[in-house]
Amino acid sequence: MSTVVETHDHGHHGPAKGLSRWLFTTNHKDIGTLYLWFSFIMLFIGGAMAMVIRAELFQPGLQIVQPEFFNQMTTNHGLIMVFGVIMPAFVGLANWMLPMQIGAPDMALPRLNNLSFWLLPMAFGILLSTLFMPEGGPNFGWTFYAPLSTTYAPNTVNFFIFSVHVMGVSSILGSINIITTIFNMRAPGMTLMKMPLFVWSWLITAYLLIAVMPVLAGVVTMMLMDINFGTSFFNAAGGGDPVLFQHVFWFFGHPEVYIMILPAFGIVSHIIETFSRKPIFGYSSMVYAMASIAILSFVVWAHHMFTVGMPLAGELFFMYSTMLIAIPTGVKVFNWVATMFRGSITFETPMLFSIAFVALFTIGGFSGLMLAIVPADFQYHDTYFVVAHFHYVLVPGALFGIIAGAYYWLPKWTGNMYDETLGKLHFWLTFISVNVTFFPMHFVGLAGMPRRYPDYALQFADFNALISVGAFMFGLTQLLFLFIVIKTIRAGKQAEPEVWEGAGELGLEWTLSSPPPYHSFTIQPQVK
Amino acid sequence: MVMPVMFSSLVFSEDSDYNMKVGVTEVSQSIFELHMLIFWICVGIGVIVFSIMFWSLFKYRKSKGAVAADFDDNFWLEIGWTVAATLVLVWMAVPSTQVMVKAYDDAEGEINILITGHQWKWHYKYLEDEVGFFSNLATSQEQINGEVPKGEFYLREVDEPLVIPTNTRIRFLITGNDVIHSWWVPDFAVKQDAIPGFINTAWTNVPEPGIFRGACTELCGIKHAFMPVVVRAVEREEFDAFIATKVALAEEERMLTSKVWTKEELMERGEGFYATNCSACHQINGKGIPPVFPALDGSQIAMFDSKKHIEILMEGVQGSAMAAFGDSYSEVDIASVITYTRQAWSNGENGDGVIVTPQDIVAYKNRIDL
Repeated sequence: MSTVVETHDHGHHGPAKGLSRWLFTTNHKDIGTLYLWFSFIMLFIGGAMAMVIRAELFQPGLQIVQPEFFNQMTTNHGLIMVFGVIMPAFVGLANWMLPMQIGAPDMALPRLNNLSFWLLPMAFGILLSTLFMPEGGPNFGWTFYAPLSTTYAPNTVNFFIFSVHVMGVSSILGSINIITTIFNMRAPGMTLMKMPLFVWSWLITAYLLIAVMPVLAGVVTMMLMDINFGTSFFNAAGGGDPVLFQHVFWFFGHPEVYIMILPAFGIVSHIIETFSRKPIFGYSSMVYAMASIAILSFVVWAHHMFTVGMPLAGELFFMYSTMLIAIPTGVKVFNWVATMFRGSITFETPMLFSIAFVALFTIGGFSGLMLAIVPADFQYHDTYFVVAHFHYVLVPGALFGIIAGAYYWLPKWTGNMYDETLGKLHFWLTFISVNVTFFPMHFVGLAGMPRRYPDYALQFADFNALISVGAFMFGLTQLLFLFIVIKTIRAGKQAEPEVWEGAGELGLEWTLSSPPPYHSFTIQPQVK
Repeated sequence: MVMPVMFSSLVFSEDSDYNMKVGVTEVSQSIFELHMLIFWICVGIGVIVFSIMFWSLFKYRKSKGAVAADFDDNFWLEIGWTVAATLVLVWMAVPSTQVMVKAYDDAEGEINILITGHQWKWHYKYLEDEVGFFSNLATSQEQINGEVPKGEFYLREVDEPLVIPTNTRIRFLITGNDVIHSWWVPDFAVKQDAIPGFINTAWTNVPEPGIFRGACTELCGIKHAFMPVVVRAVEREEFDAFIATKVALAEEERMLTSKVWTKEELMERGEGFYATNCSACHQINGKGIPPVFPALDGSQIAMFDSKKHIEILMEGVQGSAMAAFGDSYSEVDIASVITYTRQAWSNGENGDGVIVTPQDIVAYKNRIDL
């Protein structure tokens, strides 16, 4: 089966048959596949909610849904996209690729791996079930500020809290597994500074997750106590502090933002070097930049809270610390451009998505820099300008990174090449619609439209209609992606082990057959 | 700073549909200039980076026979662009700090106004004169539902705007009654969260008369989009006259408490109060939106338990959206709306029909105070 790695004839080491293969699997590829499909399904569920939001906002007035349901849609759209799509997709890619990139047979803790995946469908089953309960699901925004999410929340908030706890456990277990694997199972000769950048990005991300997921668990537990056991952490009437909620939430929330982008940095770095046929420029500065971003992410949280009434010194501190993040982020962009410079560049679908990633993520970075400027943020805060900013870093940022990675590694995973023509069509439709959707949001935001509004004043009508058209187009286009993925799994031109010209030099995963053997490396490769 | 200011005055009109409002105050104008400065710096960086990137993509195409070079690091280049990025950030940080120091000033104003966010309306209280009022959305539900054409100021109009004098330092003290709201007037560049248990401050000094429209910018529940802010800036004389009227009205209101009210008078007043303050949740037909907003029509409390009815109006219902109205409204308003809801719909026929008078509310307050 494999051309490079010697395989032994262990008949019982193949996958089990039927449903039990997926329920009881401890194989990193099977679990990676489960994570990726889970994330794909959640993308369509969260996407459908976005379509409801955009349909209602197509025109001023209330036409399709009432505000109470609209608020449930915005809340669940955010929660699902953050915790159900971006994070599981990255974990799925980590499961598939980390053992193959470091020359290991599997993840270090395979049973834990199975548990951390199967917790997720449970968590999201609980969350989504609240939408069918009489009081409706969570309706207080994905940031669930108290006291709207405590004293004034529907009773189903308890399901939401439990669901967040379960997601947190899943993330922490997954991170422990990833750190253990990276530290203990690298091929001989692969020192830390020889690790592929995707491995580096996940090592850093996993530490961020372990650091902040308990903080999220803490804040929802405080909510649980306030709601059910008469404490007053966030209840001013009982001597509590509603602003404390925001500090604790964003102490989790800001590192969380980087959790959702760092693995994409790793993926895009690999793709750009592959299709520029030139090793990544400034490898060590890329590693230091990611580490700096991760460390800085712990001291910038209150830039989400410039209007809560902090002292002047606090406002200025968080402005300066936030601006500092632009330095390592800028360095990464410069390094990607320098990798392309004097390369030998081709434009396969993964490369197209990665180029768009660099350009559009940088635009998201610029609006982020603008938002860091405290006095200007008084005008931007909680308007569509913010919505434009975080969608630019999360959709053409994180999601493009994931899609690029999927195209890049699909031939390796399935042994079949995807349809390049359809892939390019998917790229161009996605690229156009993502900008039609999110670019005008900058304008309506600056002109004064607040976020989380089910209805708006008449001067915002034209841009909102345009945004909705873009959003419908973006949503429909992703069905094409689903089609391409299924088509590639079923058939396609046989992929070489190397898949991409010259990739064999760039990473161990390309020395394995396509598709790779069930236990990736049964004999450790040597890294020089 | 010259270039952005020049550009901004050339390209953007005051009421742009696609850019930040210049506003009318000194602070809002310096924030606008700062915004344009940062914007143009970002555009400049973008042009440089993207030009190099797209030029490289074009020039080093494999299809045109480009062969990859084999360099992959350059220490001084890395140091160089790190230092360059740092310098650009310092260039941005200096004016930002200056504008921030100017905008941030919590010294007392000549006029101090307490702004309280409620679900879903604003309450304004002039602290020097001890008068206050609620400001509710004036756009009709029919316009929102699309049954009649939408007016020019759809969702940006209120029954009673906040009135402030021009050329006067005004300090806003901002707090919340239930959940967190946020009070925003783009023309003043004032946006402050209204947080229960906290009093935040902001200030402005408006040089010219006008009507300035803003919004609530922190998600505060179902009617978050339906509690606009409208501020009317007037000359000092007009403002003094406005306050004098308000003071006289408040005095009249206090007199009303001791007056003997007939059922009809209470009903009439209560119906108006109900339409403005209660119907958003409990609906004009009293049917509510169960289970979140209970029906009043046919409610056991509204039909048979006037004591409990008073208590709910005065204290609110813990853990629900029902706010305490006791501190915000006069005894007459509370008594009349209770009387109205005990008589309206089918409640009058099926219930005890007890009439609650302002004196009953006074008695309740005295009992509580003991």
